[in-house]
Amino acid sequence: MTRILAPVTVFGALIILWYGGAYVLNAPQAAALMDPDQPRNFWAVVQASWSMDRPELPTPDQILSSLYYSIFNYPLASPRNFLLQTAYTAEAAITGLVIGAALGIGLAIGIVHSRVLDRSLMPWVITSQTIPILAIAPMVVVALGNIGCTGLLPKAAIVGYLSFFPIAVGMVKGFRAADSLQLDLMRTYDASGPQVFFKLRWPSAVPFLFPSLKVAVALSVTGAIVAEIPTGAQVGLGARLLAGSYYGQTDMMWGALVLASALALGMIGVVRLGEASVRLSRGGRL
Amino acid sequence: MILGIAAVVLGLAARVLLGGSAIGAIVLASLAVICLNMALMRLAVQESGFAKIAAPALFGLGLLWSWEMLTVGLHVPFILLPPPSAIGLAIWRNLLTLAQDFDQTFLHAVLVGYAIGCGAGFLTALAIDRSKFLQAGLTPLANAFSAMPIIGIAPIAIEWFGFGWPSKAAVVVLMTFFPMLVNTQAGLQQSGAMERDLMRSYGAGYWRTLVKLRLPAAMPMIFNALKLNSTLALIGAVVAEFFGTPTVGMGFRISTESARMNLDIVWATITVAALSGVLSFGLIAWGERVVTFWHSSFHKRLI
Repeated sequence: MTRILAPVTVFGALIILWYGGAYVLNAPQAAALMDPDQPRNFWAVVQASWSMDRPELPTPDQILSSLYYSIFNYPLASPRNFLLQTAYTAEAAITGLVIGAALGIGLAIGIVHSRVLDRSLMPWVITSQTIPILAIAPMVVVALGNIGCTGLLPKAAIVGYLSFFPIAVGMVKGFRAADSLQLDLMRTYDASGPQVFFKLRWPSAVPFLFPSLKVAVALSVTGAIVAEIPTGAQVGLGARLLAGSYYGQTDMMWGALVLASALALGMIGVVRLGEASVRLSRGGRL
Repeated sequence: MILGIAAVVLGLAARVLLGGSAIGAIVLASLAVICLNMALMRLAVQESGFAKIAAPALFGLGLLWSWEMLTVGLHVPFILLPPPSAIGLAIWRNLLTLAQDFDQTFLHAVLVGYAIGCGAGFLTALAIDRSKFLQAGLTPLANAFSAMPIIGIAPIAIEWFGFGWPSKAAVVVLMTFFPMLVNTQAGLQQSGAMERDLMRSYGAGYWRTLVKLRLPAAMPMIFNALKLNSTLALIGAVVAEFFGTPTVGMGFRISTESARMNLDIVWATITVAALSGVLSFGLIAWGERVVTFWHSSFHKRLI
């Protein structure tokens, strides 16, 4: 019972805090904008601060209604439709994630099978985790744009670069997780390299793939949004965020933020599903 | 050892020749690559501590060197990728600007935000330690937050706290709060039931048990969060500056100078950011070693 009740209570408290905060932040402006003839009691100011046009902090219902308006009152092809912008960001995030996963797994295979790579490359892979990689995003976009490469590809490249590291590190750990007794057994079977890899190392690495993927998903949405900021911010949720902050459209910023979070949580959900299906197919329980 | 030195000397000679005779440079460069390869192979089978440091160092040098050779030798456009020598020159020439950016972004936004975020996360974990209900309620929320692109809060923070460093610190606070909360909470559960029973048999109360047993047992996980957060804080502060900032700061420098095609200054700033990231990580890792020397991950392997 607590498992459901507790999160719901905390979430409810958060919403109440939000409305309270909206009153505190918006009330001074809202009171100044109110009709002078109107009766000015406490409740009227509260209502005004919760329905301002350009509030400091929009209330959850304002954000949801502006999202609803943008999704259902504009055609899907219109840039004012938030669904289209989410699709652009999702496209970049997922393409980049696939590139990053392929590169990361490839590098992990190299590191596990070559002692030279393990000794000389692995320390750099670990060090690179402590570097703010996301900071190079504007430069990559500009540099790639210079050789005529714009649109999806620069964004996907940044996302791929970001999601590559957690997957590489996780998969190295995973490929090494194969038991040394079982590796010896494979040798007594006279198994070839690919056979050892596909029958032993890969299955033992799959459980490590999913936690790394979850980290990579969170990074990929962030990366896609940040990659949309430079070069004038044309499409995507990042562009909406920046445009909202330029024109003081708070509901636009919050809407983009809500959809970006929903996108990230949705992608994590897909990863969870994959994890659960692998566990089920191996005879585990949910 | 000798092979490594030979690789370095041959590589430098090839770089010098690059301006004059192309064929000579190619011959020397291939010799250098062969020496480097052999040196790395030798180092890979040695077990000494020296080999464990020399192998990645030599590999990194080789990477920098091939970057330099390829960009200069193949006349890669400066806008695409400047050679390391140009980046080094840019660092030297712009030392003052870089120092001011470092002061604005790292010493103000990152450090203040990191301290407040980690401190608040730690204290919140302590505060809800006695309430199972609040813990069960906050954990799913914290997990959801860790998946969200919190960086998107940056334009909103700028609207609330202005263009200066406090708005960036606010983003850093939000980014570092939840990892610290989750890790501290998990860490406080680390002490064993036997040890807690022993504390009770000593007549130790809640606070004494917390200070003497549960907090020390939680330290490995707390340091985990501190390390994770050091990277997150730097990313948060730099990226928040992309959304708007006074004309100083690492994020500002990176976004404006890349728009103005001064890629050497961009790379110089990235070098500073990378160095501060690696150094602060190293510092925390050192602190971890001192505080949690008893943890099994620091034990020397006997075999």
